[in-house]
Amino acid sequence: MPAAAGLAFLVLPLAGLLIRAPWSTLPERLTEPGILAALRLSLVTATIATAVCLVLGVPLAWVLARTDFPGRRLVRALVTVPLVLPPVVGGVALLLVFGRRGLLGGWLDATFGVSLPFTTAGVVLAEAFVAMPFLVISVEGALRGADSRYEEAAATLGASRWTAFRRVTLPLIAPGVLAGGVLCWARALGEFGATITFAGNFPGRTQTMPLAVYLALEQDVDAAIVLSLLLLVVSVGILAALRDKWVTA
Amino acid sequence: MRRVLAGLAAVALLATAGCGDKSDKSDSAGGGGATGGATGAATGGATGGATGGGVAQASGDLTVLAAASLTESFNKISEDFQKANPQVKVTISYGGSSSLAQQITSGAPADVFASASPKNMQTIVDAGDASGTPAVFVKNQLVIAVPKGNPKGITGLSDLTKPGLKVALCAEQVPCGAAAKTALEAAGVKLTPVTLEQDVKAALSKVKLGEVDASLVYRTDARAAASDVDGVEFPESAQAINNYPIAVLKNAPNPTAAAAFVAFVQTEPEIKVLTDAGFQKP
Repeated sequence: MPAAAGLAFLVLPLAGLLIRAPWSTLPERLTEPGILAALRLSLVTATIATAVCLVLGVPLAWVLARTDFPGRRLVRALVTVPLVLPPVVGGVALLLVFGRRGLLGGWLDATFGVSLPFTTAGVVLAEAFVAMPFLVISVEGALRGADSRYEEAAATLGASRWTAFRRVTLPLIAPGVLAGGVLCWARALGEFGATITFAGNFPGRTQTMPLAVYLALEQDVDAAIVLSLLLLVVSVGILAALRDKWVTA
Repeated sequence: MRRVLAGLAAVALLATAGCGDKSDKSDSAGGGGATGGATGAATGGATGGATGGGVAQASGDLTVLAAASLTESFNKISEDFQKANPQVKVTISYGGSSSLAQQITSGAPADVFASASPKNMQTIVDAGDASGTPAVFVKNQLVIAVPKGNPKGITGLSDLTKPGLKVALCAEQVPCGAAAKTALEAAGVKLTPVTLEQDVKAALSKVKLGEVDASLVYRTDARAAASDVDGVEFPESAQAINNYPIAVLKNAPNPTAAAAFVAFVQTEPEIKVLTDAGFQKP
């Protein structure tokens, strides 16, 4: 019974969107200029952000799960900060570091001529910042669930640490990494607050779907519903396809 | 056991993430979301008996929905109003005019709506949610917000096209963006901003943080942030004036106090509160 209530709670708002959707004008609304650009930007940035999270997050998760050092609990708590922080504040925090008057931003600009705010790279950065904890936490959970004796056995057989990680650990925790990656991607795709604060909103460059939805809402609720449905259909479609391909179990 | 814990952690994470999304929205709506909940609770004021004959004395709870740009002025005005009408308790919910209008047409129980643009007022008039004709009580116009001291020496709209200058505008969908577009067209200035912000406060904060060199915002917003930014006046802003209408709502739980408040806002001392904040008389 509570399970049914839980499901209804999650699904009813979606049903609300579907019922309210302006089906008759749907085709022309979907072909409005700018929509495809926003959708493509969303998919590309969320995917790159996920890749960044994988490269940085998996090693971090490994350190948290497999090593013991003073302050590990604190580091673990720090990893979850982006989850607790309202994303808009996360965006301001990123500006304070990577903005042109920021801690690193001024130096990046002066040394390499790189300025991240208001660029597509800034969107990726904001999304990665908000989404990385999802990956780290689920990979860490998978690592803790995996038996470390396999790695030890591999080591006794002469495998280097890297080989053991690549050939033994990674296959063991693959489902956890995949699940974390999916969560991370989904969160990055839906990211709004940090993106609009750090990267701003400019069509084709930093305007992702959630930003387009928010601005559409200011003027035309129907347009916002159409955009949301499009984002939902595309992301659910991609996730379902991935699941069929890789997680056949 | 560990897996169970990991599972629980994942559930907790998802829950937190959901909350994060919510705070997104309330923040970007100009702080309207945080007070939205109070709107429902503070209505249903006791108005009964006041209509029994003679002079109707305002009393009970009064709920006002007001545009975010009115925050400082309306806080002061509601204080004055409650001094003049000690029987009334005023609750104001501030937010973006378009989201407030949407709340009203969705049945939010409120007495008065003060909008930052006639368009959003028209939305509720068209939906039959206004009682009587809305009255324009102030108007607002754009200035160029620049960092304190105006380091780039900006004196008018045409300076905004200087190479290397970063400018933030509001998106065309929100009133300040529509006004900015009109003013730029009037001046014949073609300008590529680095960002189109979702509301005027966001555009202003990009200047405060030093991420852009200039932004077009309302004079009232620039004045409220006078410690961080200077407002540069420009003649073309006269082409893009924003009128602020106010109206009593049709389903007002407390119509007596609502009418009294709308009249009170338009009295001389309160208009002065508004002009001190940078608004102009209509």
